[in-house]
Amino acid sequence: MTDPIFWGLLGMALVVMGLYALIVHAHLLRKVLALNVMSSGVFLVFIGLARRASSDGMPMAVDPVPQAMVLTGIVVAVAGTGLALALIVRLRAITGRTTLGDDASG
Amino acid sequence: MPLDPSGPWWDGADWMLASVFVPLFGALSCFLLPRLVAALGLAAALLTTAATLALTLSVLDKGALKVQLGGWEAPLGILWRADGLSVALMAMTAAVGALVSLYAAAYFRDEVQQRAFFWPIWLILWAALNALFLSADLFNLYVTLELLGFAAVSLTALGGGAAALTGAIRYLLVSVLGSLSYLLGVALIYHGCGSLDIALAAPCVADAPAPAMQVAAGAMIAGLLLKTALFPFHFWLPPAHGSASAPVSALLSALVVKASFYLVLRLWLDLFGGGGRWLAELLGALGAVAVIWGSVLALRQERLKLLIAYSTVAQIGYLFMAFPLALAGSTVVWTAALYLALSHGLAKAAMFLSAGSLLRFGGHDRIAELDSVVHRLPLTLAAFALAGISIMGLPPSGGFIGKWLLLGEAFRQGRFLLAGVMLLGGALAAAYVFKVVGHAFRSAEREQRERAIPPSMEWSALILAVAAIVLGLMLPLISPLLRLSTASPGLAAALGGLA
Repeated sequence: MTDPIFWGLLGMALVVMGLYALIVHAHLLRKVLALNVMSSGVFLVFIGLARRASSDGMPMAVDPVPQAMVLTGIVVAVAGTGLALALIVRLRAITGRTTLGDDASG
Repeated sequence: MPLDPSGPWWDGADWMLASVFVPLFGALSCFLLPRLVAALGLAAALLTTAATLALTLSVLDKGALKVQLGGWEAPLGILWRADGLSVALMAMTAAVGALVSLYAAAYFRDEVQQRAFFWPIWLILWAALNALFLSADLFNLYVTLELLGFAAVSLTALGGGAAALTGAIRYLLVSVLGSLSYLLGVALIYHGCGSLDIALAAPCVADAPAPAMQVAAGAMIAGLLLKTALFPFHFWLPPAHGSASAPVSALLSALVVKASFYLVLRLWLDLFGGGGRWLAELLGALGAVAVIWGSVLALRQERLKLLIAYSTVAQIGYLFMAFPLALAGSTVVWTAALYLALSHGLAKAAMFLSAGSLLRFGGHDRIAELDSVVHRLPLTLAAFALAGISIMGLPPSGGFIGKWLLLGEAFRQGRFLLAGVMLLGGALAAAYVFKVVGHAFRSAEREQRERAIPPSMEWSALILAVAAIVLGLMLPLISPLLRLSTASPGLAAALGGLA
């Protein structure tokens, strides 16, 4: 279970599941959750593959740079989720809807 | 530190820092002092424009510049580079930004709440744009992309109505999805190459096992296409750009979309070394469909702002038609694409600003009821018509130079289908611009509510439109700027084709 490829594939599976949920569900909260699952998947790919990236010199050494980048990514994801939730709450207060409706055209 | 004691005081690298940190500090002070927000915002906009101008002049003078943040060299540190491509887009951003700021000062004068949020978020957006144009590091680019996206979404939601909120939420979902896709590509490139600096990773990307790098390229470019709203990913753009307030629409259409296009171009030329043949053909085909589809839908709109938004979808298509034409080794097409991007930025900002004046004047933006505005707002209508000339691609506008170069190249390579699409797109653009101008000369049946328009709103739109025309006459000034590209000799050669 320490194989980087395993974690990479697991991350990709999360990305695909998140993308599927993002497209299929109409409720905005579910869409936001789906994006969070997707970003967790991307972070898992990043962290999982970090082990092999530095394997030239020392086998299976852990490269710290991806950890730092994922940390930044988590902060960005939190900010994005907060912004999305604020907009959704406001939309519900004004219209009572929690979906985007069918106003997409073209 | 970047300060070079032997150099003159206007050392170029310092202007790079100034062009990002001045708007950032401006935004912070706007948040802290909401009463002085308009004055502070205008001052910050002026200073940012000055810093960008100074940076442009020093790049023209000395060639490409770089800053090592914190003094660390590339594999450890993070670099900022200013080359001709970055500086050209930053200069366009500064021109649009300064005039939209002028317009917004008048537009938001009576709306205290919107004003208190517009200025800080717009300055953050500007800082993010400049940082994106300067960053030479793939992860840094991701952060600037997200910063740009969040600022753009917040600006879209500024109006607070149901339409604005729905547009903003859809925009946010699309923007985050695009960024995640880009980040996935970054992860794969870091895994394969162990470096995030574009110049350092490029040789490794060329050598690395093909499938991993193809997946990385596909994920990054697909994410950016989503943000650039290339057909069929354009569905989010018209609701977002059409429902935002006028200065915001101008910023989104002129600048934000160009930023992700810039990144596609940067990665294509500097990182993926010209990309693959099939990908280039696919981009060109999508661009061609976007030109036709966007123009036809623009023609069918009854609301002025939606018409302009669909016109953006069409004009983005032109930018991507350069990719297949570059396959034959032609260098002039990148100059053409950049020319189109710059002139579309100026012209589209002018269009949205004049649409905002018409909307404020008559209280609506239904094209059929424009009610002879030509007599009442002659400057605004002149701005719209002049911007329309550049969008159609009539000489001597900036849009003409871009389309002429692209069209000439398409004929030379015998790509008659692409050339036909370009000509048809121009004719359709003429149709939708004249549809608006024609109604402006006619009087409507219904009584109109009229509201005075401050002269600064009319003039800022007109100056932008004139700038889009004048851009066509500035080829000798701009083409050396485009040749000063750094990161890869390939790009420098590609952009040097037009001497």
